[in-house]
Amino acid sequence: MATQAKAPLTENPEAVVVRFAGDSGDGMQLTGGQFTLSTALAGNDLATFPDFPAEIRAPQGTLFGVSAFQINFGSREINTAGDAPDVLVAMNPAALKTNIAALKPGGLVIADTGAFTKRNLDKAHYSANPLEDDSLAKYDVLAFDISEKTIEAVKPFGLGNKDALRSKNMWTLGLALWMFDRPREPIHDWLKAKFKSKPDIADANIAALDAGHAYGETAELAGPMKQYTIEPVESDPGLYRTITGAEAVSLGLVAGAQLAELPMFFGGYPITPASAILHHLARLKEFGVTTFQAEDEIAAICAAIGASYAGSLGVTSSSGPGIALKGEAMGLAIMTELPLVIVNSQRGGPSTGLPTKTEQSDLYQAVYGRNGDAPMPVVSCSSPGDAFEAAIEACRIAVEYMTPVMLLTDGYIANAAEPWKVPDPANYTPFPAKFLEQKNGTDSAGGETLLPYKRDEKGARPWIKPGTPDLMHRIGGIEKAVDTGHIDYAPDNHQAMTDARRDKVLGVAVPDQEVCLGDTSGKLAVVGWGSTFGPIHQAVRRARAKGVDVSHIHVRYIWPLPGNLGDLLKSFDHVLVPEMNTGQFKTVLRDQFLVDAQPLTKTSGQPFQIAELEEAIGKFFDGIEGNEGGEVPVNDQQLPSPEADG
Amino acid sequence: MNAPVKIETTLKDWETDQEVRWCPGCGDYAILKAVQRTLPQLGADPSNTCFISGIGCSSRFPYYMETYGFHTIHGRAPAVATGVKLANPDLDIWLVTGDGDGLSIGGNHLMHVLRRNVNMQIMLFNNEIYGLTKGQASPTSREGTKSPSTPLGSYDHPARPAAFALGSGARFVGRGFDVSKNLPDVLKAAHAHQGAAFIEIFQNCIVYNKDVFDDFAAPKGAEDRQLWLENGKPMLFAKDTKGLTLNREKLCLEVVDVAAGEDGSPDWEAADVIVHDVTNRTVAHMLVEMPFGPFPMALGVLYDDPRPTFESAVVEERARASAGKDANLAKLLGKGQTWTVSGTAQDPV
Ligand SMILES: Cc1ncc(C[n+]2csc(CCOP(=O)(O)OP(=O)(O)O)c2C)c(N)n1
Ligand code: SF4
Ligand SMILES: [Mg+2]
Repeated sequence: MATQAKAPLTENPEAVVVRFAGDSGDGMQLTGGQFTLSTALAGNDLATFPDFPAEIRAPQGTLFGVSAFQINFGSREINTAGDAPDVLVAMNPAALKTNIAALKPGGLVIADTGAFTKRNLDKAHYSANPLEDDSLAKYDVLAFDISEKTIEAVKPFGLGNKDALRSKNMWTLGLALWMFDRPREPIHDWLKAKFKSKPDIADANIAALDAGHAYGETAELAGPMKQYTIEPVESDPGLYRTITGAEAVSLGLVAGAQLAELPMFFGGYPITPASAILHHLARLKEFGVTTFQAEDEIAAICAAIGASYAGSLGVTSSSGPGIALKGEAMGLAIMTELPLVIVNSQRGGPSTGLPTKTEQSDLYQAVYGRNGDAPMPVVSCSSPGDAFEAAIEACRIAVEYMTPVMLLTDGYIANAAEPWKVPDPANYTPFPAKFLEQKNGTDSAGGETLLPYKRDEKGARPWIKPGTPDLMHRIGGIEKAVDTGHIDYAPDNHQAMTDARRDKVLGVAVPDQEVCLGDTSGKLAVVGWGSTFGPIHQAVRRARAKGVDVSHIHVRYIWPLPGNLGDLLKSFDHVLVPEMNTGQFKTVLRDQFLVDAQPLTKTSGQPFQIAELEEAIGKFFDGIEGNEGGEVPVNDQQLPSPEADG
Repeated sequence: MNAPVKIETTLKDWETDQEVRWCPGCGDYAILKAVQRTLPQLGADPSNTCFISGIGCSSRFPYYMETYGFHTIHGRAPAVATGVKLANPDLDIWLVTGDGDGLSIGGNHLMHVLRRNVNMQIMLFNNEIYGLTKGQASPTSREGTKSPSTPLGSYDHPARPAAFALGSGARFVGRGFDVSKNLPDVLKAAHAHQGAAFIEIFQNCIVYNKDVFDDFAAPKGAEDRQLWLENGKPMLFAKDTKGLTLNREKLCLEVVDVAAGEDGSPDWEAADVIVHDVTNRTVAHMLVEMPFGPFPMALGVLYDDPRPTFESAVVEERARASAGKDANLAKLLGKGQTWTVSGTAQDPV
């Protein structure tokens, strides 16, 4: 293996950020995904950020057709995909053009000269070949004809040039594997499994991968080509795998249904980035999962409500526009007090907005966005792995309190992968659903009677499956009388039922808020929720390393908020709330606790960078690097993303 | 699906203690009674019966049935019912919708529940008006209907519920009207049909669209204007003096006179009257498109040709996909390419 050859070249960075960028047809997401896998197998911590165009088949070579995959990996804890890449792999001029601005000064560009044709340069609006003039002077550049080398490598398999070039990404991956001393075997295995029925194609791809690897190894290449060694990270002992947020949500829902001892019914309608959950669950039928691709999002939630009514755990999932369509039906689930989990994989909005980019701008919609006083618990996921736990929590609350629950994830979490310590299901406390089997009340004459809206100590009504002998009753969206559930428009009754629905949701037991980094009081608390966890955590870590009195608080339970959160926030002089929206959680915190929560907002469709957050933190402190003089960030401050928006 | 056990009940067992809130004289009362009369005859079990509706006067129906009931939201009952049926295929589901609920806001869901063929009885109460919202024109209102929202008369072309259902892929299409004595027979045939059974029920909204169906439903002269279809029987009406025949050149239906034969019974064969075959989809298309006026109103079971239901396909697929697989959650979580980090505290807690 490569280990013998590396001695004179070895460097030992703590963490490296690599971005693979190419045409949508170049297979960059696949390359990134496989590089991630072998990096995980090499024992590094990692985080990834796939960034792909909204168009399925954007015209080849165009700027808007560029697809990129960034991975940050290292020998210490990694929480974000990294601010600026150290290495940029550019498979064509458009990929170079849209990504070069992000590269660290002194960073390495690996480019395929074979794709830098006049035609492709024109399409990327380059008047001259950037590989040939000095426009890339502040970077190290390794440019060679990957296309040609790939064709050579796969020649023995008799593929035409067009097919041969399809293996270009594997050649590049091979080189990347050599550069960072990653094992090739898992990729060999994966290719063999993927092309089981076409062994020729598998062999050609393996040959390309090996050729790229050998190219690095035998490197007559002088100059910038080096091999790097990144030591494995120290992690808890146990079994690990990589997981994306969409997988973790799916598995968490399956686990949640099992803990509730219920079959799961999942109603969905295709939408980016939520579809991945439907796709995962469609393959898990043996776990008592029924998936239903409905005619629209309204039908998807309504069918899930119907299934819950009939005794399954109803789940539905969508993204912004689809969640908007589900609004009326959420009200029905609230009114009929049936358990339901609504997963919202947030994307950039409003309207169709930015389908493939990430945002956290559906928080108002989740907490407030329904007609009438329609309270609903809201739980959020902070990372791909955390999505598993959050999904279980959503199921628990839904079943224990007979209520719809919204689970907020986002496009970044859905697609990003991270190493995940495989949990043992036996460590989770079951919350078996109970169904009413017998009449539960007494009428005025002392006889047995059914009270479908009689509440338990949690404020939950009984779950009564149609088909249960002698418990016939009617439910619906019209206001219900206390206890009996009969239609009732009386003023006092509506007041009582509105209060009961509110109190039930406010009474949902959520764990006390903990501080995830830093002290429980002090000068500044940076309060986040959802996928901003990674950048906030790293920014606070770095600031604390500089001696700054700052803590990171990350809130999972958006509604109801943890009982101790108000006091906790009040024990800090300042509260800063970074969000990928225009300040929605900040408004909730101000409203609930009358704290002077300051927003730090970003809606570029890209996640926060650590540096952006460090700078914002610095503004609260004097005499520390990055500090602008104790100035508090102004409302709605919009930090620009240094990254060109591919 | 388990074979349902027949239960002894009377009409009274299907009535609730809730005060019925339709306008006095509303056609909905007659339909309610017809359903309550039919269910005991079917040996249906109230505990296993579920009425699901949308929103409208008609959709209040479940509150008056001593069964399980779900009064959902406007237009969405087919979607809710699909979820109920998939979660428990043994339930006997009756869907109640209106012309606005089922063909306006809920047209999409109605189309899909029919094409998927989810096993349930779908009763569309067609009063050609929005009753509950006080009388606006609906998608089935005839051109020129004066209503609060169309004071000068409506100008959009009405939808034909039965044609819509058949076009959507329905495998059972029946028709009746609120006070017709044959309505229970249509309901029974719909119930016997395995799959989505669509029944259009003309219903008199005496407040906002009074007696619009009198041209065929009024008792006087009804014989001449109603064609009650029976499987295997010739399509005769007007006291057997008229019938329907197929013009084989133009490929369309025609009304023909039928003379009495020597024994006094109608000699329909001589007049080439067609025999109703409920499985003939082509003729069913002609029947649902048949304009009233030149033709009688076709009533009864227009089409009935079952094919496998959606829920049975879902159940079978789940069984097939699960066969031989171990539903072990711990194994599922640790699936794919994994690696082990070893350390001192290796024992799982
Ligand atoms: C989302 C929504 N839009 C509008 C309404 C108001 N609405 C209630 S019933 C109805 C029309 C009912 O007409 P139809 O289905 O023909 O029932 P009918 O009352 O005639 O039986 C409308 C528009 C509503 N309840 N919900
Ligand atoms: S408005 Fe019309 S449909 Fe509604 S209850 Fe009155 S009569 Fe019946
Ligand atoms: Mg109507």
